[in-house]
Amino acid sequence: MKQYLLSIIQPDGDVPGGSPPPPEVLGKIMQNVRAVSAEMKAAGAWVFSAGLHHPSTATVVRHQEGGALITDGPFVESKEHIGGFTVIQAVDLDAALEWAKKLAKALPLPIEVRPLHENHG
Amino acid sequence: MAADDESLPVAQIERVFREAYGRAVAVLVRSFGSIDVAEEAVQDAFATALQRWPSAGLPPSPAGWIVTTARNRAIDRMRRESSREDRHAAATLLNESDEPQENAVSDDRLRLIFTCCHPALATAAQVALTLRLLGGLTTVEIARAFLVPEATMAQRLVRAKGKIRDAGIPYRVPDETQLAQRVQSVLAVVYLIFNEGYSASSGDRLIRDDLCDEAIRLGRLLFELMPSDPEVAGLLALMLLIDSRRAARLDAEGHMVLLSGQDRSLWNRKRIAEGQTLVRRCLMRNKPGPYQIQAAINAVHSDAATASAVDWNQILQLYERLLEIEPTAIVALNRAVAVAEVRGVAEALACVSQLDLGGYYMFHATRADFLRRLGRHAEAAAAYREAIALCENGEERLFLQQRLGALS
Repeated sequence: MKQYLLSIIQPDGDVPGGSPPPPEVLGKIMQNVRAVSAEMKAAGAWVFSAGLHHPSTATVVRHQEGGALITDGPFVESKEHIGGFTVIQAVDLDAALEWAKKLAKALPLPIEVRPLHENHG
Repeated sequence: MAADDESLPVAQIERVFREAYGRAVAVLVRSFGSIDVAEEAVQDAFATALQRWPSAGLPPSPAGWIVTTARNRAIDRMRRESSREDRHAAATLLNESDEPQENAVSDDRLRLIFTCCHPALATAAQVALTLRLLGGLTTVEIARAFLVPEATMAQRLVRAKGKIRDAGIPYRVPDETQLAQRVQSVLAVVYLIFNEGYSASSGDRLIRDDLCDEAIRLGRLLFELMPSDPEVAGLLALMLLIDSRRAARLDAEGHMVLLSGQDRSLWNRKRIAEGQTLVRRCLMRNKPGPYQIQAAINAVHSDAATASAVDWNQILQLYERLLEIEPTAIVALNRAVAVAEVRGVAEALACVSQLDLGGYYMFHATRADFLRRLGRHAEAAAAYREAIALCENGEERLFLQQRLGALS
């Protein structure tokens, strides 16, 4: 089994906190996503998942001689950032892409699928 | 001194390996689970062949010899280079029969095609991998054919193979639910290789012709592996029929000749007969698709003894069918050319005027031709100028400039 990171690519929105869809739409989306998660768990594919706060809440730390440099904001300036992620295990990329298709349909947002290195704790 | 007269020239050994390359790599990828190991093993077998074949002569089954020798070299390598665990794996591989069943080989090649043309790979990478792994072309040859530096092509191949390995792109024929869509992407890659060879006038003409031959060879392989898929047969027929006109499409100076002006005695009758047989077989199946219909359109052109004998009614009907299946502006533009012949140029011009193809040179070139034939020369000249500005192909640009010049 290989492991894959499924990243949810979310538009930031203009204001901090983003501009999420109205509650009734969001509620339906969350319900869809929970259903996909449940399906992943039932299939033994689910490893871990989490949602992230808005990128404006991010902090970047860089090592420097004489102490770390701390800066505000996400590392990459962009109009979209990772809004959440799921780690799954699957036999191959085709199987991982099938889960990504389900998640992309549930959200509906683009999903980036990226393989994890094997045997590296 | 060896008897040089009887010895096998290196070029012939290279040819044998190129022919057998896809087959050998496909079988070895299944054994070793790695494209790199498979390619390295075939390369080792090639080095061995260069030493032995000139004096010993061709083995009775060169393709079988290559697989057996490559497998043994790969196992030697694993023994030399690796841990006990891998030596265990090598011992298991030794028990595999050396000469795989022909059915199994076909399955392996089919798996390899679907791996090379996986939608998770960029189209340029799919094309390069298909030519390298199934076509047996060298990186240098592929780079030359696509007019990119060798280092760029080498990097493209390394990256693509790295993604197959690290992302776990499977070595498998897709299941029923995915198959039709995945076959489409395989056919698209082969047709792209063909068109690259046929349409581009830049670069070395000979290498370009090689690409057409290679695409047809791949088309034949697909047809051998998936004989019951009518679109596979359709693509092969389409390529054969277009390619039959290769000798007639350039004049003595190397300039482009339109279909209507071609010397039909230069058309390759063997290719036409083969293509038309395939088209007839497709028609009997009655499961039409875009490649089959395009092949049928080309078959109608091939049927006509002279340009004026072309059955445009039939071509128009086929385009209407194609437009139903593939309702794109490009198909509508091509249909308009048939409309001009059947119902008149004025109606054809009306068909194209609403099309949203302003960035496509053929749109302006087609409009220009209609306007010219209607005697609206000022508008035709403007359309030719737009077409010339957008056209990237030197030969076609020259043709359009001549048409523009003839207006005044």
